[in-house]
Amino acid sequence: MSNVLVFIEQRDGKIRKSSLEALTLGHSLSKKSGGALAAVIAGSGISSLAPELAAYGASRVFVADKPELALFSSEGYTTALDAAATAFNPSIVLASATAMGRDVAPRFAARRGVGVLSDVMSLDVVDGRLVGSRPVYSGKAQAVVTTGPSVAIQVATPRPNVFPAAKSDAPGAGEVVNLDLAALKIRAKVVKMQAAEAGEIDVAEADKIVTGGRGIKGPESWPVLRALCTELGAALGASRAAVDAGWIGHEHQVGQTGKVVSPSLYIACGVSGAIQHLAGMGSSKVIVAINKDPEAPIFKVATYGIVGDLFQIVPAMTEAAKKLKA
Amino acid sequence: DEADVKWIVSPYDEYALEEALKTKEATGGTVTALTFGPTRADTGLRECLARGADDAVRIASDGLGQVDSLGVARLLAGVIKTLPHDVVWMGNKGVGTDAQVLVPMLAELLDLPHVNLVTKLEWKDGAIVAHREIEGAQEIVEMSLPGVIGATKGLNEPRYASLKGIMAAKKKTIAVKTPADAGVDPATIAGPAAHVRWTKLELPPARQAVKLIPGDDPAKAATELLNLLKNEAKVL
Ligand SMILES: Cc1cc2nc3c(=O)[nH]c(=O)nc-3n(C[C@H](O)[C@H](O)[C@H](O)COP(=O)(O)OP(=O)(O)OC[C@H]3O[C@@H](n4cnc5c(N)ncnc54)[C@H](O)[C@@H]3O)c2cc1C
Ligand SMILES: Nc1ncnc2c1ncn2[C@@H]1O[C@H](COP(=O)(O)O)[C@@H](O)[C@H]1O
Repeated sequence: MSNVLVFIEQRDGKIRKSSLEALTLGHSLSKKSGGALAAVIAGSGISSLAPELAAYGASRVFVADKPELALFSSEGYTTALDAAATAFNPSIVLASATAMGRDVAPRFAARRGVGVLSDVMSLDVVDGRLVGSRPVYSGKAQAVVTTGPSVAIQVATPRPNVFPAAKSDAPGAGEVVNLDLAALKIRAKVVKMQAAEAGEIDVAEADKIVTGGRGIKGPESWPVLRALCTELGAALGASRAAVDAGWIGHEHQVGQTGKVVSPSLYIACGVSGAIQHLAGMGSSKVIVAINKDPEAPIFKVATYGIVGDLFQIVPAMTEAAKKLKA
Repeated sequence: DEADVKWIVSPYDEYALEEALKTKEATGGTVTALTFGPTRADTGLRECLARGADDAVRIASDGLGQVDSLGVARLLAGVIKTLPHDVVWMGNKGVGTDAQVLVPMLAELLDLPHVNLVTKLEWKDGAIVAHREIEGAQEIVEMSLPGVIGATKGLNEPRYASLKGIMAAKKKTIAVKTPADAGVDPATIAGPAAHVRWTKLELPPARQAVKLIPGDDPAKAATELLNLLKNEAKVL
């Protein structure tokens, strides 16, 4: 029997989709092993979020609601997770592998003297042990990872956008338990959050991405790709070659030294498909390559490809997308 | 076969080292390069010395077998406790295994605060103001010292070693420590004691062969592609 506790991330009072994915995964793991499912959430003025978590199967919702938790602090949020774990006694703890989850889960694990199955793309419980898998070595291989037999609390961070989020047909009771975190020691604290420019979707959480590489020739070509982004509701990505040339900010970079993404649709335009680029997008569900070189390695991982000049193909795709919608 | 492999400092650790060196140049102090690894990791430490680190320390991993991230964090923490430190500079992730867990783990074991994913760093009254990149936003984080910083792309442009630096680095000795020096019994971290195990290394799931659409008629190709995306792949 494995009780499962899931760390829930909210921003401006809204639960993040990636957390609902983790909660849905936690629900199936708890069902499979006959345990209970609980969620823990930290912030300020967030008590009203419990019913939504119950809808995804949480029988209990631990709430750390304090003014000093309004903005993120690794120490404060880890203490909330730790307090919930003390109260609930889980054998499995999940947090989505977002910037916040990757901060809180390892800190919590170190506090409890246990390891983390980090950034897993599959996760199951077999004889009470978590078994997951994760791409390693720039996606050239996949490691099957598991936790040792004596590990009391098994911590894992599932990769966002990989597991589905689905409400449960048997909602949990969602019993709210307020966590009393008397003395919080917070020495590193978010003082301000600046949202990205309005209308700009971050590649890290986009469901669709259109990426430009060196083949776009220069920054004056971004509007060609952006028009397609607008039509598809996609985020704009870039290869390292495009970023290092100074054509766009590093926050757009996909790859080993950029962001690792798993959108449902990834369209690479004028990108050769170097291994370090594939490391960042190789797990996308559907990959489209637009490249004038039929030998470009990107075609080896692509689902669909058009061999041709991106300056002709991409505008035609934008037109076709418009027609499809009409 | 590792014979022809060139071992390098990971790009994230280059950002970390660069920021440490910049800080030393601005405010004084010393920079120590620390790694846990086999003898060949000395190449990376020499590179750090050549760029301007004052000292280098390697915790020898030779013969230890698989050590998981918690084990590495315990070893690093054990040695860092014996060295004076205001800031522990790290990369946000290692290249290869990409666990992205060591920064928070190490900070917790050292009972220090940390900021990870740092793309910009300023100093204010002896404290750090760091910009941290999260999904769709930037967080501005204030951290008191001592603390741990996890560097990522955007923070700086790492320097190259100068010829003078390379020559000076050759003369320096790398201090080699054992797990015992870190106060860690290898039996508690390696082999069966590891919390996280790699049971298998597999080939990634095979992707289906690419469906190529001729591009000589762009409008036709684009229409066909979008229809496939909608009706076959069902992603539109
Ligand atoms: C340690 C390390 C880390 C790295 N990290 C990253 C990373 O995070 N992300 C990353 O992307 N790279 C990374 N790289 C760099 C990587 O190795 C490649 O150099 C880079 O991805 C190449 O970018 P590109 O595909 O845009 O450019 P190129 O390789 O130059 O490819 C351009 C492509 O555009 C095509 N093309 C040109 N004109 C047209 C046209 N008119 N129409 C259609 N196609 C056209 C060409 O056929 C070519 O295939 C890293 C490298 C190292 C060593
Ligand atoms: N063996 C090691 N020795 C020293 N530092 C390490 C080691 N492994 C990882 N690190 C540091 O921890 C960071 C994050 O690594 P990881 O959590 O493994 O992705 C790296 O960028 C390094 O700064």
